[in-house]
Amino acid sequence: MSESLFEVQVMVNGLLRSGQVPARRLLSDFLRHDLELTGTHVGCEHGVCGACTILLNGKAVRSCLLFAVSVDGQEIVTVEGLVNQDGSLGSVQQAFQDSHGLQCGFCTPGFITTISAFLDENPDPTVDEAREAIAGNLCRCTGYQNIIKSVMRAAEIRRATDFSGSGIVTA
Amino acid sequence: MKPAPFEYVRPSSRSGVLAALSEAGDEAKVLAGGQSLIPLLSMRLASPKVLVDINRVPEFSTLHITDNQVVIGPTVRHQELFDSVAARQAVPLLAQALSFVAHPVIRNRGTSVGSIAHADPSGELTAVLALLEGVVTIESLRGSREVTGSDFYVGPLESVIMPGEVATKVTFARLPVNMGTSCVEVARRHGDYALAGVCAAVVLDEERAVDRARISLFSIGPTPIVVDISQLLTGSRSSTATFIEAARFIASTVEPEGDIHATAAYRKNLVEVLAAKALKSAYENALSRVESPR
Amino acid sequence: MTTRTFGEPVLRREDPRLVVGKGRYLDDLGHGSYEAAFLRSPHASARIVDIDVSAAIGMPGLIGIYTYDDLDGRVAEPLPLLIPHPNLTGGRTGYPLAKEFVRHVGESIVMVVAENRYLAEDAVGMIEVLYEPLPPVVGIAAALAGDRLVHADVPENIAAHMVQEVGDARAAIASSKNQLSLDLHIERSASTPLEGKGVYAIWDSDSGEMRLWSSTQTSTGVRAAVAAKLDLPLQKVECTAPDVGGGFGVKIVHPWPEEILIPWAARLLNHPVKWTEDRREHFISSAHERTQLHHVEVGFDDSGRILGLDVSFSHDNGAYTNYGIIVPIITSTQLLGPYKPVTYRVEFKSLYTNTVLVTPYRGAGRPQGVFAMERTMDAIADFLGITRDKVRSTNFIRPEDMPYDHQLIFQDGRPLIYDSGDYPASLEMLKQMIDWDGFKEFQHEARKSGRQVGIGIACYVEGTGVGPYEGGFVQVETSGRVNVSTGLTSQGQGHQTAFAQIVAEELGVPIEDVFVTTGDTRRFAYAVGTFASRAAVMSGNAIALAARNVRSKALRIAGDALECDPRDLEIIDGSIQVKGDPTHSIQLKTIAVLSNPLRYAFDESTKAATQFATGDTSKPPIPDGEEPGLESRDYFSPMQSTFASGMHAAIVETDPDTAEIKILKYVVVHDCGRLINPMIVEGQIHGGVAQGVGGALYERMEYDEGGQLLNASFMDFLMPYATEVPFIETGHLETLSPLNPLGIKGAGEAGVIPGSALIASAIEDAEGFQIRKMPISPSELWQLRIDHQSGLIPSLKAKEIQV
Repeated sequence: MSESLFEVQVMVNGLLRSGQVPARRLLSDFLRHDLELTGTHVGCEHGVCGACTILLNGKAVRSCLLFAVSVDGQEIVTVEGLVNQDGSLGSVQQAFQDSHGLQCGFCTPGFITTISAFLDENPDPTVDEAREAIAGNLCRCTGYQNIIKSVMRAAEIRRATDFSGSGIVTA
Repeated sequence: MKPAPFEYVRPSSRSGVLAALSEAGDEAKVLAGGQSLIPLLSMRLASPKVLVDINRVPEFSTLHITDNQVVIGPTVRHQELFDSVAARQAVPLLAQALSFVAHPVIRNRGTSVGSIAHADPSGELTAVLALLEGVVTIESLRGSREVTGSDFYVGPLESVIMPGEVATKVTFARLPVNMGTSCVEVARRHGDYALAGVCAAVVLDEERAVDRARISLFSIGPTPIVVDISQLLTGSRSSTATFIEAARFIASTVEPEGDIHATAAYRKNLVEVLAAKALKSAYENALSRVESPR
Repeated sequence: MTTRTFGEPVLRREDPRLVVGKGRYLDDLGHGSYEAAFLRSPHASARIVDIDVSAAIGMPGLIGIYTYDDLDGRVAEPLPLLIPHPNLTGGRTGYPLAKEFVRHVGESIVMVVAENRYLAEDAVGMIEVLYEPLPPVVGIAAALAGDRLVHADVPENIAAHMVQEVGDARAAIASSKNQLSLDLHIERSASTPLEGKGVYAIWDSDSGEMRLWSSTQTSTGVRAAVAAKLDLPLQKVECTAPDVGGGFGVKIVHPWPEEILIPWAARLLNHPVKWTEDRREHFISSAHERTQLHHVEVGFDDSGRILGLDVSFSHDNGAYTNYGIIVPIITSTQLLGPYKPVTYRVEFKSLYTNTVLVTPYRGAGRPQGVFAMERTMDAIADFLGITRDKVRSTNFIRPEDMPYDHQLIFQDGRPLIYDSGDYPASLEMLKQMIDWDGFKEFQHEARKSGRQVGIGIACYVEGTGVGPYEGGFVQVETSGRVNVSTGLTSQGQGHQTAFAQIVAEELGVPIEDVFVTTGDTRRFAYAVGTFASRAAVMSGNAIALAARNVRSKALRIAGDALECDPRDLEIIDGSIQVKGDPTHSIQLKTIAVLSNPLRYAFDESTKAATQFATGDTSKPPIPDGEEPGLESRDYFSPMQSTFASGMHAAIVETDPDTAEIKILKYVVVHDCGRLINPMIVEGQIHGGVAQGVGGALYERMEYDEGGQLLNASFMDFLMPYATEVPFIETGHLETLSPLNPLGIKGAGEAGVIPGSALIASAIEDAEGFQIRKMPISPSELWQLRIDHQSGLIPSLKAKEIQV
């Protein structure tokens, strides 16, 4: 009565990764346990909290609401992949440090990927737009004040470094 | 919370999808966006034997806008439809409603056809289909059929789609220039399902008074409720009072249910408040469309 | 020059690791271990008739299935009742796996261990349990009625009944010129950290040692409990709290059933075992808090001065009392806030219901007490026609009254004596920041354009830095690295930064050289835990004391080496030098070498030290009373808690048609003594305020009459998103604590405490009628408007007279 296994091949943070998993293996679990990229976190498994958010072909999506088999052949970026080429913190990551945008850090990876994708499309947001952009992710520690500041700071860092592209590096 | 095991097929063609669904019968579920389905699987509230993943059928992801229609394939994501300028111009109500659907990250994966097929009476697009009499094309190995507007809905989370069938497109007619629309709702939190919501469509006559008006309600009944209030509003202009009166009438016809988030009486009150707002807004939308046609 | 660090908004040392996804939370550990899942009760109250696991045997990947009958030794005994109390006459706890009865939906009945969580859940799904459902007790009214019992041997469902009084409040009220009576209600919510609980255990059968990780607020507590339950010497058990994704109180309870069962299984199976709680489990099998019904009688004079305050309340403690009656005791004592009623009587009944257990959630009973007190204050103000700030300041304890003895016993078993605080100054600052005096005009203008706005205010005092003690260890290595450890734990409070700031300042070393470990019993074994806003006060001070010991030893040894008086020395950037003479110096790391006389020179540091060898042969190499190494362990154990305080004000707008409630402005004035890191303190306040807003407007655990939790998911339990939390403005006062060397008070819970009281106050001002129950939704507000229009709820008095 064992389940069939499917071969899944995905580009993750610029590297080709693969695994053999049952169809029901959630992408969040595939990343965390099969690929041991534990930066993506699981807070609810029903798509509401956003801690599991990753970038699929450049778009922010909930990895707990995807099966690994469904993304075979596609490209994923996780929080680990948002560091700069030289290993320094990416713009959004640096912004979170500068603005005290995290406390326990559990929700943070989901915010970082979400904000990264948001700023790719909207490099110069207003505070209200920043708040709206993060309004689908839950945080219990920060009261969101400094996360909104982190969005604005990230935009500032990107402008200052003459940013172009989403900073994906081979991890 | 992990899903129970299932067989998984991912056909790369329309015929492959139909064959897989036919073979599995009522033991199959279609996986499109998965944003509604996968939580049910993870909570083990549903455990289909077969999951048919339709995301790799190239023609399914087509969003096609012509002079007359907006044609939405079953794997077109909410966000794509929302971002489409052409779709917005042809059927503005789609974008108006989509702005309330969940959050952008969910919209990046969730599909509009999937949402319509899911038949959630709290779904904004469910109400849009009913109001605008959008046409759902349902296919199976036996052939294809079309179902229009409210006829598509049977009950909460239940459409007319039978085992072996799948919705392969939803078609909306381009709105005439003299039709304006709006969508309003009240939700507990940003992005939540509405406690009550109203979509409205108002058509103007040559003198720019109201000729016809229809609304559809979501989160109020087991399926979207469509009310035609043309009789009450014909010939009126921007008089808030007439919209309020029409809204009062609409509210008097509904008997919503209460739940942990809102009482029945409050929902009824919301219908009245929101219907007035929606009608006024649709009227103003119609005026601006007529005044500056594209 | 050494940069000052204490009091500075130093960026967090934790962050670089966490923002790149290199955190190590519980579920990130234990790759390759077996995983557990539980069959949990679907009934609120039932007798277990039979458990049939036959269909689950042989399931793929199944390792073992365990019920109560499989438990042995102390594991089969009831879970410990922490914090016993003489008034807790009906204290009861459950078993790690239900023995015969289940008393809430979610109680664990069967544990399944399998190769992974998917397979474990599959096996759980195949187990059939036959129940005899029993009529459940849900809600305080049902508990009080007493016709059905949660525990057959606890009459009337009363776990505890307690009265505390100062003076004769009832007589004072009876003889007061004015009296009022209020009935108040706060509903159940919960901590809901983003990361649930989790346990991971490795049994080393070669050495007979248990290595255990738990997402806990007290690794020392868990270690001790596991050692006791598994009959292991304490030395053979080590427990670490890894990175923890939020606690907020729910993770201070210990041992959870899983904290015993997972190590037990690891030993039984001789294989690592892990359990990660999922979100539904967290809703139905962790802990909740907040439900209380209060009846207040108050007597006051015409200036609003309270002459007698008589509070009786019912507290819903859920199905078991694992954490004793701390929450209602805190409510009883902290209800008084910054005020000094002449007489006070408080009585509570802590009642069982067939719902999830109730243990502290950030605020821990204070929100309920503050709600009672602050609603009473507003009611007095309205009755007399005086302003709400005036009635409060009339009742304030004055700075000159400090220390102020309330003559009550606080949650730590010690007298409730406020050490310091300046409530009038806080109120002044608050009024400025919110423009209290200008609001009437703003409200008037708003009304003209059809808008409904109101302003609210709420004050609180919080006993922080609760004992009995915490410890700190500071050690300078020969490399110059400074290791710091303390036994309590971290869930995002920035301890690795704040404690490093303390040591960097005390020792005069760059903060980059200071590394802090918390929550690991291998690094510091004596500790209590992180709760009650105590970590900075307790561990901060202990660490400061240890650092001062290290400093003084270093200066003494340096004095010998440099042949000068230690009092003439200073430490700058890790270099000990004669004040004003940098040429005459020695490195702190060299002192570390000198402090540990060895035969062997390993490296450059040790070799370089030989030039300073004092070679004083009149003393042994390690003199009496000394130890080798440049390190010290010290403890801080205060006589009592230290009392922080704060006041919040907010302006809300209510929609005339939809009754939606929007917060337009939110201001916090906060006094927690000296701030180690103002950025971190402010962050703590922000998070607390968000939980306060959540608790006031969105969050409620909805149980139906059958004891089913209707909203056991994030879809229907409404935690606020960024769009629901207003912009928060904060002002700080620093009234030093006289009770500890650093002069600090706790800050962790401050933000949440007055939330419901504040929002109720503001909505009342906007609507013109009483708000006595929270949380409140638009639907409920709308219904209250109707009740008010039909005369069921009285209006507030029309005018306010400036007294």
